[in-house]
Amino acid sequence: MLGRTAQNLFWLSRYVERAENMARLLEVGYRMSLTSRREGGASEHLMSMLQAAEVDEEFAKKHKLADVTSVSQFMLFDETNPSSVRSCLLAARTNARTVRTALTTEMWESLNSAWLEFAAIDPRETTGSRLVELLQWVKTVSHRYRGALLSTFLRDDGYAFSQIGNFVERADNTARILDMKYYVLLPRTDLIGGDVDIQQWTLILRAASAHRSYRHVYHDRYKAWNIADYLILRPEMPRSLIFSVGWINRTLDMLEEIYGGKAAGHAAAADVTSMLEGNSMDRIFAYGLHEFLTEFIARNNKVTEALAESYNFYG
Amino acid sequence: MPGPSPFDEMTNADGSVREPYLILEQWLKEQPPQALGLMAADAEGIFRRLGITFAVYGSNEGTEKLIPFDIIPRIISAIEWRRLSKGIEQRVRALNAFLHDIYHRQEILKAGRVPEKLILNNSAFCPEMMGLEPARGIYSHIIGVDIVRVGPDDFYVLEDNLRTPSGVSYMLEDREAMLQLAPDLFQRYKVAPVETYPENLRRTMESVAPAGAGSSPTLAVLTPGIYNSAYFEHSFLADQMGAELCEGQDLFVENGKVYARTTMGPRRIDVIYRRIDDDFLDPLTFRPDSMLGVPGLFDAYRAGNVTLVNAPGTGIADDKAVYTYVPEIIEFYLGEKALLKNVPTYNCTDAEQRAYVLEHIAELVVKEVHGSGGYGMLVGPASTAEMHDIFRAKILARPDNYIVQPTLALSTCPTFVDAGIAPRHVDLRPYVLVGDQIRITPGGLTRVALTEGSLVVNSSQGGGTKDTWVLEE
Repeated sequence: MLGRTAQNLFWLSRYVERAENMARLLEVGYRMSLTSRREGGASEHLMSMLQAAEVDEEFAKKHKLADVTSVSQFMLFDETNPSSVRSCLLAARTNARTVRTALTTEMWESLNSAWLEFAAIDPRETTGSRLVELLQWVKTVSHRYRGALLSTFLRDDGYAFSQIGNFVERADNTARILDMKYYVLLPRTDLIGGDVDIQQWTLILRAASAHRSYRHVYHDRYKAWNIADYLILRPEMPRSLIFSVGWINRTLDMLEEIYGGKAAGHAAAADVTSMLEGNSMDRIFAYGLHEFLTEFIARNNKVTEALAESYNFYG
Repeated sequence: MPGPSPFDEMTNADGSVREPYLILEQWLKEQPPQALGLMAADAEGIFRRLGITFAVYGSNEGTEKLIPFDIIPRIISAIEWRRLSKGIEQRVRALNAFLHDIYHRQEILKAGRVPEKLILNNSAFCPEMMGLEPARGIYSHIIGVDIVRVGPDDFYVLEDNLRTPSGVSYMLEDREAMLQLAPDLFQRYKVAPVETYPENLRRTMESVAPAGAGSSPTLAVLTPGIYNSAYFEHSFLADQMGAELCEGQDLFVENGKVYARTTMGPRRIDVIYRRIDDDFLDPLTFRPDSMLGVPGLFDAYRAGNVTLVNAPGTGIADDKAVYTYVPEIIEFYLGEKALLKNVPTYNCTDAEQRAYVLEHIAELVVKEVHGSGGYGMLVGPASTAEMHDIFRAKILARPDNYIVQPTLALSTCPTFVDAGIAPRHVDLRPYVLVGDQIRITPGGLTRVALTEGSLVVNSSQGGGTKDTWVLEE
């Protein structure tokens, strides 16, 4: 496989995953802004969401006020925002066009029709319930693509690069969501948590589609400690850090089998894994949650760099 | 349009239906009123979903467009096809022999059958190819011959495309669409398959692999990238024949050999179907500013370590000025009379012919010698007095830059348009593969000028396509 093809498959998956996560974040920001009763609260929630997506500075260049309209337009349609749903879907489709011969018809068609449908949307008609509907649709696009990938893609190196891209992006996103509100997750003396805390925790869980499954796992009310544990160390939680890293490792093993040998990606992934395996929330909190997440994001980025080096990504 | 009404592929002048179209006529009658409209809409949906699009140069709105697909097939009888394919085979044989000669001993120039100046001073002539011996002596492996019909037995070759003819993916996808849309019509006919093309392309490429390549040579399609108007076709063909789809940056040359940068390190490439023009192939040999090509590629080719399909320099054989000499070329190399006619062509550098052209420009077609895609072209009868003057001036300024031909009454074929079924002008581009043998796919791309009366079928000028059926005996 051409190095460029591998690179494209890797990034294609990342963009699709990112589009989904941007939709999740925006959905949460939108809900929070609706329910915030405090003066300026809506704007604060939306800003912290922009920070999590690391596009707050870009946003501030164009807009004075973060309200639902400006933020949703920016997150959905803005061409200058590299993480907007538009940018992600277009990049995914452009990547797909470039590596079309490496994709199945089902994968290509899911992205091509997603882009065509998205391009036909009038940005002015995406308020209120329409907005929620559109965000739901973005998630469906991602699920449709992954469904096509899982059920039609040959299990070879192309599949491996796609999966690694997917989970590197997911790990990154989950870490950012946690980091956005890390301070509400820190252990404190008042264990109960006020309404504001509950609201923030819900935000975090919702952004990871985890607010319902949390109950199945913990049979408990929302607790900061559990929430952090859930999104970092729980292997059964499909958006947790350890789950994502597990996939990265297994898929790298698959590449090792195909190519007959370990490469730099393994070492980089091992560095990430060592932060999670055998670790506990006690130790993570002792180390500092924010510091831990920052370190995680940096090491996770190194996986991409290592892959690029070992498998000839370029261009 | 002056003159009598043009030959119609389906209906004779007396209103009777030509034999190959009888079943189609019956089928059309059986279709409920809205059926064709629905089919046309379905067809558009199919093409859009598959992403069969092309980019229009100079158009800002929407970078990707669909070539309109017409749902009424163009049908060619077995007898007609046999005649055509014999004529095509003769042409490609002679033109490959011509290329070999031009890049070696130049006997045809020495014999004075083709003017030396026309070849050696031609920008399509590639001096770097002199003395080079391509695999099996073949220069043009993939050819699309543009043919028009003006009467039941009157076929003319308009152009021999020996460089990088495009459109074959439309031939294949048009067939796919037609099979989906009108399966019942297929059942009533015996239509020769075109689906063999990708496999035959693969065989053709394998058959011209360099000597050292082994039994299973590695094939690649070299594309300028996703912004090229024919990118869909490049990826489609690579996919269909299982070749690697590469851009220039994916390949590199080391010790005179070509390699692809793969996830497992360099991989040797044996045969390249390049969809990049000669000038951009190799910045070290041709245009130094080319970002599309592969530095050193031409040297690897010269050393016989890789085969380029088609060879550089094939343009000298489909140059519009050389075209006039093709009947001569066929006689010179094969000792045969040309089976397919050339369109009579006026040479504007000849004072007498130029005078005629300037006087009769309103009846003639003027083409730029190096133009393609219907750009820079004048169709006299369909144009204005003002445009006639502009082209008169152009011809006077650069007589060698234009060829002029009479306006041919291109045959028409029933076509589904807004107003219902109406005749529209068509041409035909059959595809030929030259390797261990000559393989002509039965069918080809029928292009149709969708505007009433228009003779310009190019997709860049609003033309559409039709599935082309060659009937089996």
